[in-house]
Amino acid sequence: MSRPGRDDSPDRLYTLTGGRARSAPDNPFDLVTLVVAECDPATGMQSEHAAILRLTEHPTAVVELAAELKLPVSITKILLSDLLAAGRVSARHPRAVVSDPDVLEQVLVGLRNL
Amino acid sequence: MDSATSDARTPLGAAADNGLKIVVVGGFGVGKTTLVRSVSEIRPLNTEETMTKAGEAVDDISEVRGKSATTVAFDFGRITLDARNVLYLFGAPGQERFWFLWDRLFSGTLGAVVLVDTRRIGDSWYAIDRLEHHGTPFVVACNDFGGPAYTPRQIREALDLDPHVPLLDCDARSRASAKQVLISLVEHVKGSYGTQGPARLQVPVPHQELAL
Ligand SMILES: Nc1nc2c(ncn2[C@@H]2O[C@H](COP(=O)(O)OP(=O)(O)OP(=O)(O)O)[C@@H](O)[C@H]2O)c(=O)[nH]1
Ligand SMILES: [Mg+2]
Repeated sequence: MSRPGRDDSPDRLYTLTGGRARSAPDNPFDLVTLVVAECDPATGMQSEHAAILRLTEHPTAVVELAAELKLPVSITKILLSDLLAAGRVSARHPRAVVSDPDVLEQVLVGLRNL
Repeated sequence: MDSATSDARTPLGAAADNGLKIVVVGGFGVGKTTLVRSVSEIRPLNTEETMTKAGEAVDDISEVRGKSATTVAFDFGRITLDARNVLYLFGAPGQERFWFLWDRLFSGTLGAVVLVDTRRIGDSWYAIDRLEHHGTPFVVACNDFGGPAYTPRQIREALDLDPHVPLLDCDARSRASAKQVLISLVEHVKGSYGTQGPARLQVPVPHQELAL
């Protein structure tokens, strides 16, 4: 397996994002935000956008999308914020409180059942 | 869409809505990827983040063009816990020059596993410093690579480990062992947040002490 993104020249990344790579601090996506498509890919769509819509037919984490697209996480987040702004995907952000005892108990139950 | 050549992706259920993170950190070749693989429901995937030298996520592509950016690869696996919760495990290099990777990418993490090879204990000092600094709960798991058999006390001393931090041994190649490490971590996290006082007053009993 080759490392993703290795053959991505900066110029390709530049084209993909229209020159932007701003993913922080105004970008709401976390590595494990689950993304869900809200529409089908359409003809004429940027191919990465179409690929994201296919991958997110089921909920898919940002980091999985980056790995599948073979793009750096920051670039993936930019593509996602475009899709989000256009209403083409929705985002399920991680619940803020990792210290929530109920969530921790659910994690324990899930792990013990492995 | 999914071609026969691509790995069969195992999609999450439609109700999945909460991603959780655990970081596995440690020196080169200490077994991070092995541990992730042992418990992951997907083949570990590899991805990367691009950072400026100053440790910021790149926010202007000209920085990538100008080569003032650097790239860090990390791998991850996934465990579906129930219909809604999905746990992601990240294997991250523990060397000092990667500190920004953890700071930037792993905020909001549940906790961390520090993997230690007793032949190279010093490799984990830096990671432990950072985790303590951040207040991220962690456990220390020693992989048996056939190094000298130290007592838990010797290892705690060598790591200058707070007494409340669980110390376990593990075989990252074993699913049962890797699973136990994760359970110990989450129990520790639960204990740390469970009381009003400082976490360090808690003294959780490790499940599996090192063999003497
Ligand atoms: N004896 C023993 N060998 C192990 C254990 N865990 C991993 N190994 C072996 O150690 C080697 C390195 O493991 P990796 O999982 O690739 O280590 P890593 O930390 O991901 O390595 P880098 O990503 O290159 O830093 C492999 O050959 C593993 O089979 C363990 O618990 N015990
Ligand atoms: Mg590895």
